[in-house]
Amino acid sequence: MSALEIVAAVRAGERSALAVVDEHLARIEAGDGEIHAFNAVTADLAREQAAAVDATVAAGGDPGPLAGVPIALKDNMCTAGVPTTCSSKILEGWVPPYDGTVVERVRSAGAVVVGKTNLDEFAMGSSTENSAFGPTRNPLDPTRVPGGSSGGSAAAVAADFAALSLGSDTGGSIRQPAAFCGLVGMKPTYGAVSRYGLIAFGSSLDQIGPFSRTVAESAALMEAIGGHDPLDSTSIERPPFDLQSVLDRGVDGMRIGILRELAGGEGSVDGLSADVLARTSEAASALEAAGATVTEVSVPSSTLGLSAYYMVAPAEASSNLSRFDGVRYGLRTDAATTGEMMTASRTDGFGPEVKRRIMLGTYALSAGYYDAFYGKALKVRTMMLQEFASVYADVDLLLTPTAPTTAFPLGDRTADPMTMYVNDVCTIPSNLVGHPAISVPYGVGDDGLPVGVQLLGPALSEPTIYQAAAALEAAAPTPEVAS
Amino acid sequence: MHVARLARLSLTDAEIDEFTGQLGDILEHAADIEALDVGDIEPTSHPLPMANVTRPDVIRPSLDRDLLLSQAPSAEDGQFRVPPILGEEP
Repeated sequence: MSALEIVAAVRAGERSALAVVDEHLARIEAGDGEIHAFNAVTADLAREQAAAVDATVAAGGDPGPLAGVPIALKDNMCTAGVPTTCSSKILEGWVPPYDGTVVERVRSAGAVVVGKTNLDEFAMGSSTENSAFGPTRNPLDPTRVPGGSSGGSAAAVAADFAALSLGSDTGGSIRQPAAFCGLVGMKPTYGAVSRYGLIAFGSSLDQIGPFSRTVAESAALMEAIGGHDPLDSTSIERPPFDLQSVLDRGVDGMRIGILRELAGGEGSVDGLSADVLARTSEAASALEAAGATVTEVSVPSSTLGLSAYYMVAPAEASSNLSRFDGVRYGLRTDAATTGEMMTASRTDGFGPEVKRRIMLGTYALSAGYYDAFYGKALKVRTMMLQEFASVYADVDLLLTPTAPTTAFPLGDRTADPMTMYVNDVCTIPSNLVGHPAISVPYGVGDDGLPVGVQLLGPALSEPTIYQAAAALEAAAPTPEVAS
Repeated sequence: MHVARLARLSLTDAEIDEFTGQLGDILEHAADIEALDVGDIEPTSHPLPMANVTRPDVIRPSLDRDLLLSQAPSAEDGQFRVPPILGEEP
């Protein structure tokens, strides 16, 4: 049952929210031992919340636009009274004193939170293998990774443990796992969804967004979580987007550019596999057949995104993660002095990838290297903003693959960090410039696993992106991948 | 290692060897931006043009102190408790 079918049935009183959530909890119970999508399952709270939705329906009240929909939340979103770990030992057992804005918004929309999902520690990774609590497996093939860092949220929806989920995307952490698990994954415009209560990784890059099986469900969840929030000073002052109403408008007359540097054209980044490029090119043809004009366009600086990102994101992370010092929350390792206690706590609490990025960021910001690395990276962001602005004068949206390959085997890329980082080569540019982008499933690769293609647009172009995503979904060669 | 000290991390010799190689690889990849002639392009630290946001200066309820302290590793008399600070090297 899709999220929208659940909403219709619960609102009409044909199905109880409690029965719906019990079905999902039973699937979690049976299947999550193998998949490990969840760090915590909040069964009692979910049943309470579902019963409240049913009571509202029985009393003739409005249970909300997501009434009774089981939803899973990435475990870097603060939930009052429910442990929030970022899949790190340094926050193990910590219970936030408040709800993040998105948590409050999905609950007030009637969605039922079933649990907190696994992630790469502090959202740093592309496979969910960097979790302190063990990896998540891809429900479509448990020998493969689900992608990352929001791998638990992707796996939860792919395994039908939840109808919808939320992830966060700093360099591709929603879109890449969506592609690997055959789902729709959206990274909104920077500032379109509140970050209040999202534990920060790269503050100028992070955005929360939805995972779903279909574009229409993604649109419904985006409408529920978006819009201005006075508690986030980077939140854009505008109402939530109206997205569900544009889904049937088609792409007739729309101008789509294939971004050649990220899609195997002239001057392209290396490592994009042939099957993924073939699906991307078929997606372009399908959009053309549906009435869009498709041309090849160039954003030369997009090839510099990976290097710029691996300066900017670790720099911001090294600053954000300085708050984990054993004083106010989380793990403390005792030592004779406060300074030694802080070093001991951080050394015991952080895993290797987090340490690597904190050190990289500390280096990039340190005296003598700031201009050569971090300063340059900030100027690359300006170049990218200018080049994207110029290309969007000629086209409405851009098309690229979401990830260079389909889901890879567990353990395949853990030895060498660079082989993991290149996973995000196509998704990173949108984060650096704050633009929205969506991954939509489009067929399968040579190994039979799903391929995702990505639509990118300028800031606040969400309605256009959803309009094209719906057309792409309708043209996709295979039905959505079943669990 | 200087950077580890700045980051308040303590590394074993094996970790120093591993990280030195890996961070070297990453910096080598970043040679493409290091070598870039960016001239007088303005840096962008934030993707959208935004001004600082302030709220009206009025008192409003904040989170409960005891609740916050209940999540601290150690607390005493309504405050976070830490080991001695004085006498340390900066």
